[in-house]
Amino acid sequence: MSKTQNAPGGVRSKTVVDYLNDENVRAILYQIIAIGLVILAGWYLVSNTLVNLERQNISTGYGFLDLEASFEISESMVQYSAQSSYATALLVGLLNTVKVSLLGIILCTIIGTIFGIARLSSNWIVRKLATVYVEIFRNIPVLLQLFFWYAVIPNAFPHPRDAFEPLPGVLLTSRGMYMPVPVADNAYTLMGIAAIIAFVAIFLIKKWAKKRQDETGQPFPVFLVGTGIFIGLVFIAYLIGGAPTDMDIPELKGFNIRGGTNVSPEFLAVLIGLTVYTSTYVAEVVRSGIQAVPHGQWEAADSLGIKRSVALRKVILPQSMRVAIPPLTNQYLNLTKNSSLAVAVGYPDLVSVSNTTMNQTGQAIEAISIFMSIYLGLSLLTSLFMNWFNKKMALVER
Amino acid sequence: MTTPSTPVTAASTSGFITVQSLTKKFGPNTALDYVSLSLSKGETMAIIGPSAAGKSVLLKCIVGLHGADSGKIMLGGDDVSQVSSPARKHWAERIGMLFQQNALFDSMKVWENICFRQIERGTMTRKEAKDHAVGLLGHVGLSEDSAFLSPGDLSGGMQKRVGIARAISTDPEILLLDNPTAGLDPVLSNHIELMISKIATQHGTTVITITNDMQIARTRYANLVMMHAGKVYWSGPTNDIDDAHNEHLTQMLNGSSKGPITMRMGKRGDHMVA
Repeated sequence: MSKTQNAPGGVRSKTVVDYLNDENVRAILYQIIAIGLVILAGWYLVSNTLVNLERQNISTGYGFLDLEASFEISESMVQYSAQSSYATALLVGLLNTVKVSLLGIILCTIIGTIFGIARLSSNWIVRKLATVYVEIFRNIPVLLQLFFWYAVIPNAFPHPRDAFEPLPGVLLTSRGMYMPVPVADNAYTLMGIAAIIAFVAIFLIKKWAKKRQDETGQPFPVFLVGTGIFIGLVFIAYLIGGAPTDMDIPELKGFNIRGGTNVSPEFLAVLIGLTVYTSTYVAEVVRSGIQAVPHGQWEAADSLGIKRSVALRKVILPQSMRVAIPPLTNQYLNLTKNSSLAVAVGYPDLVSVSNTTMNQTGQAIEAISIFMSIYLGLSLLTSLFMNWFNKKMALVER
Repeated sequence: MTTPSTPVTAASTSGFITVQSLTKKFGPNTALDYVSLSLSKGETMAIIGPSAAGKSVLLKCIVGLHGADSGKIMLGGDDVSQVSSPARKHWAERIGMLFQQNALFDSMKVWENICFRQIERGTMTRKEAKDHAVGLLGHVGLSEDSAFLSPGDLSGGMQKRVGIARAISTDPEILLLDNPTAGLDPVLSNHIELMISKIATQHGTTVITITNDMQIARTRYANLVMMHAGKVYWSGPTNDIDDAHNEHLTQMLNGSSKGPITMRMGKRGDHMVA
């Protein structure tokens, strides 16, 4: 081809075959064909679905969301009854999913960090115990662990009649955990405002302290002073509010316990199961993060006469964070997605509520599309947050 | 040991840095086996020897990262044999060390690396520390701009210079350098060695340097300690080394007196020339 083109004076008009042999034309052509095939397949499936649904007299669309759900949900963070709409039911499910995931993420980070550091302990027993914990709970499928905790909690604790009371007012029973809650009072709103003011003050003090250390080299005990301000302000607000002491204490009335707030066995099973399972992975992430920092960094800080706690905070942890944050994000995403297994123990999470909705309305495709988009959204939100956090940590060190 | 102020017999017999029958074991491995050496104030010493001879461990014992299993380490008459020795506290600021892998802190900027100790102790404001670091960078031949980079952004030679700047940032009386020219080309090695000699003469610093280069050891250092398998094999002024001796030591350094490594290196060299 190139020969004919390079021949003197021989500018030959291109044929169709020449075009098909052109690299650029080919690249575009193949893409058009590939996209066309995907659209064709999609259209085929969608049209089949529509035809099938029509044959079964199921109308498509999201109109069903406004209908009355007419089923009860055992636990809810917002006002909900059987008269509420399907949309509210799904919201209840979503909130329950978010509640258990968020708590799980916080707890698995704390527990995982402790076990991750314990695996590096110089104490033989501590090290081995941590290893056993990680190896046991990492290697059993999380669904089975949920079943396990759900079987353990109702059986390991006594009937409400002889509830176990580890702390005054806190009752552990086969129907879950009961805790006292303060009776609503204006003082608590006041305390909330005080807390916000305290946070702003601490933020400003921190800024001022950093500036002062830059200029004079004198460190300022921000943590101590900050804690003092926070506790002081909140306590003053509590006193101004009239120092309410009324508590709603759970008590045995008849065959059941009334009052206080209840943490259901289902919720506990899901929370403990997810936390324990994911904490083993977090432990491994933390361990590898610390081990990834070369030993020479400890030695260098040590030779400079820097205290170990300062070296850990300013030298080791910032560097291990860089290694640990991306795999940590994976674990948080896994925990959130694994929370969909809650349906197996009857915890009314998003999947569980969607399932009921699906069975009652027959709107399977719509219900599935809703919870799939919600999980996708939750995961993307988590990723976005962690990416932001990662960038912030990376900025500190670069 | 309980009365460090009483004059110890060993101090009278020797100099500023004295190591006496120092033994250090890691599990079943003996890293240092009755090592003794002595160096007067302001003198320079090169430690030379094959890998795993215990050179780095010796420096880490002197700087206070490891305690002695037996034997003694004396600095200026103070017993600092153990990490917890009371005199250690007062010596931490007076020793500067360059680590083999530089061990710069990736979590901070170059200037923060150089003056980390002063910033943490509060002996300098951050502004003073910055100025001090920039001055030291000029001293080791780096530009002011490099102060605001991260150690990871620097080349190997530049990292070595920053490591040296950190080691001398408190104007220490003792400078311990673990392989300051390892992995550098001959021109750069020469530069750095020249710089070290300059620092030593200008500040009267007592310097102990680990090196693998017999040439550098002989030309730049007044004293030489030759180590092998945790033992001191030879020690004395570099002037005492005659050529026959030198060849023996060099062969020894290359692993065995039969010198298989020397031959291999010679062959590789031939190829490179061809």
